[in-house]
Amino acid sequence: MARSVTPRRKLLNTTIAWAIGLLIFFPILWTILTSFKSEAQAIASPPIFLGFDWTLENYRVVMERSDYARFLWNSIIIAGLSTVLGCIIAIPAAWSMAFVPSRRTKDILLWMLSTKMLPAVGVLYPIYLIFIELGLLDSRAGLVVVLMLINLPIIVWMLYTYFKEIPGEILEAARMDGATLRQELIYVLTPMAIPGIASTLLLNFILAWNEAFWTLNLTAVNAAPLTAFIASYSSPEGLFFAKLSAASTMAIAPILILGWFSQKQLVRGLTFGAVK
Amino acid sequence: MATKASRSAARLMMAPAVILLLGWMLVPLIMTLWFSFRVYLPLRGGDQGWAGFDNYTRFVSSSAFWPSIQTTLVIVLGVLAITVIFGTLIALLLDQPIWGQGIVRILVIAPFFVMPTVSALVWKNMFMDPINGLFSHISRFFGAEPVNWLSGRGIDWTINLYFTSFDLEVTMGVFSIIMIVSWQWLPFAALILLTAVQSLDSEQLEAAEMDGAPVHKRFWYIILPHLGRAITIVILIQTIFLLSIFAEIFVTTGGAFDTRTLSYLIFQRVLESQNIGLGSAGGVYAIILANIIAIFLMRIVGKNLD
Amino acid sequence: MGQIQLKQVTKSFGDVQVIPPLDLTIQDGEFTVFVGPSGCGKSTLLRLIAGLEDITTGHIEIDGTDATDLVPAKRGLAMVFQSYALYPHMSVRKNIAFPLRMAKMDQAQIDKRVDAAAAVLNLADYIDRKPGQLSGGQRQRVAIGRAIVREPSAFLFDEPLSNLDAALRVGMRMEISELHKKLDTTMIYVTHDQVEAMTMADKIVVLQAGVIEQVGSPLELYRTPRNTFVAGFIGSPKMNLISGEEAAKHDAATIGVRPEHIDVVESGGTWTGTVGVAEHLGSDTFFHIHNTGLAETLTVRAIGDVNLTHGDAIHLNPRMDELHKFDAQGLRIG
Repeated sequence: MARSVTPRRKLLNTTIAWAIGLLIFFPILWTILTSFKSEAQAIASPPIFLGFDWTLENYRVVMERSDYARFLWNSIIIAGLSTVLGCIIAIPAAWSMAFVPSRRTKDILLWMLSTKMLPAVGVLYPIYLIFIELGLLDSRAGLVVVLMLINLPIIVWMLYTYFKEIPGEILEAARMDGATLRQELIYVLTPMAIPGIASTLLLNFILAWNEAFWTLNLTAVNAAPLTAFIASYSSPEGLFFAKLSAASTMAIAPILILGWFSQKQLVRGLTFGAVK
Repeated sequence: MATKASRSAARLMMAPAVILLLGWMLVPLIMTLWFSFRVYLPLRGGDQGWAGFDNYTRFVSSSAFWPSIQTTLVIVLGVLAITVIFGTLIALLLDQPIWGQGIVRILVIAPFFVMPTVSALVWKNMFMDPINGLFSHISRFFGAEPVNWLSGRGIDWTINLYFTSFDLEVTMGVFSIIMIVSWQWLPFAALILLTAVQSLDSEQLEAAEMDGAPVHKRFWYIILPHLGRAITIVILIQTIFLLSIFAEIFVTTGGAFDTRTLSYLIFQRVLESQNIGLGSAGGVYAIILANIIAIFLMRIVGKNLD
Repeated sequence: MGQIQLKQVTKSFGDVQVIPPLDLTIQDGEFTVFVGPSGCGKSTLLRLIAGLEDITTGHIEIDGTDATDLVPAKRGLAMVFQSYALYPHMSVRKNIAFPLRMAKMDQAQIDKRVDAAAAVLNLADYIDRKPGQLSGGQRQRVAIGRAIVREPSAFLFDEPLSNLDAALRVGMRMEISELHKKLDTTMIYVTHDQVEAMTMADKIVVLQAGVIEQVGSPLELYRTPRNTFVAGFIGSPKMNLISGEEAAKHDAATIGVRPEHIDVVESGGTWTGTVGVAEHLGSDTFFHIHNTGLAETLTVRAIGDVNLTHGDAIHLNPRMDELHKFDAQGLRIG
């Protein structure tokens, strides 16, 4: 819909857009800036925007005090494994739905989506009990399974919409060329769907990374990821703004960078293909 | 269009995903249903037999229930209104030719990627803290008394509907949570609506322009109807997520200052007061509520599948 | 070897029977074309032979052995798809080598065969490119290359030329015909274009609504169409089919006369009318003629440039020995 406008109009639009963009981004920017301040400067009145003494002290303290590496490692393991595992289970399922549709395919897809809508709190205690029974409480394995399950519908859906765009004739060609089903999936479908699979992995990694219900309620010490690490700053350490900022920056930086790459796929993934 | 062999292969390959999700749905759901009919207090004697519908009636008649429903509604509707209105405006703005559009887009989307615990803590401490928060600095700069963001008294509204009128008190705590959650979800709304705006056929708008329709009419009669579907989807998906916001409340107020939503109330019944029967009955209510909304969402998504 | 036999084959999708019981034998080395309007079941028939769809009842035999329940890979057939269906992530070489790799042939052998196929199809210059970098005609040749390296017992073509522009289509038509002469392998070719059918086929199978209307050589179909459908479908421009009183004069429900079998005469003639549209092609002239007293608009093909235009009166004489007669059921008489 981009149409040509007068330069004055464009300048006005640009100014407003940048002002709004910066306003929305400001809390993040402020957090990043504060993480480089000393505690005194972080709460100085009036606030100091840029003219402070830049320091990495906060990062050093946070890393030393809270074993940041362990939380980070937990986040990576839990988000990464749950996403990869989800994809391994979802690829064959999405293949079936996209290329061998039956009358029930649509119902199954919608039903999968509906499991995503179960309010987590409604099943909190049963899951809690099951975790205690199976000794999964505060274990990474348990969280990997739970996060894999809550994101599985989105993974299936995203892959399904990507696979739908691959012409079925190419898979039939592979079949004519003597490929078995396994070979068809490994040598033909997967390489062709790499961009789609990559964005599915990326978005679901982000969703799993930021998940803050199960990760807070099912972990204590051993398996706690970054969401719990930050929640532990709730009080009284939260009053040390500079350290809180450093911890926050470390928790969100990796995902902000990944997120910027995935913004195009975000829409498709989060609307289940209803908006493209 | 396929052979018997490929159809049975398809069933086999769909099985793991279907079985896992079926288990994930049914097992906890049946357990929740079971508990909701039991007197079950793990710290005070465990499972003490059947409760009939007691839990259901007690959950609804507890003094915390209706306020939690009101809080839930105010938060969900407040966030929806803010994100949809501003999301539409931002989408229309970003659709215009501007310099550095890609960068602005990134700035706008960024909050969506911030984990909920981080955004809640940053807002609570660095912005809303009544002594050292940025907002209090700003208030003082203008010579005003700093606002008690999370624990303040709030605003009373008298809502007049033609058949009844009631007082609605929105505490500053609820207001603050609306602000935080809106900040997180505004990018989602803006991004989806931007995608929808961009899919609008520019020839349609040009035709309207040729026909002499002024800007506001073009917006009202062409752009808005085109966005209708996307707005509905934004509303439905956000509602599902907003009904179960947790970390934002957990980290900021812990449910105090009237910020206890229905799901937070259930969480407290289950984990804090360890009344599983009561909490499960609440859970069943929440599941029913979510399903009512889900049905509408499914209809729209389902239509798109054909 | 590549003899394919369909015995009482039917296909239903749900409750809808798209192919009623059908028998057909395709001889070894024959170039057979399935032709018919879109939705006539010709592509479905091809996919049944390929094994991409299950037949509902009946048997398919390839070289005398029952292949009904064999998966596509085990039937020894190769297929060229309408969209070419090249693997976009593989180079031309890898595309052509793919069926051989699946057959676990050793690498030296694969290279030899791929190079040979590339030479036959003039693909050597593009062998390391990806399909996305090729033109339509080149992609078509890669698809054919991928089919011939397997040395299949029969080739299946599913409207392979429909995505090419007109000029390229004529060229590829000849290439495929030459390939058939060279390889002497059974080919089954599906098209909705009767010109392709007439120019390439040893044997044409005309299909309508899943039913075989006629099987025969191109000239048999042209000279003795079994019914009005085949009469109208084969030949360009279409045969004039005339019913009513005029047909009754010849003791038929419908008579047919091809545009090239009506002579334009100075005066007199059987029919007189006015020219509606005149298409001057130089070598021929096509006239669409109204007001002949017949219900139908007549099409006439005159050799060379005949100087008549819109609104002119025209006198026509059909050649009686080229007249086709059909009964009330549309079947040929005599």
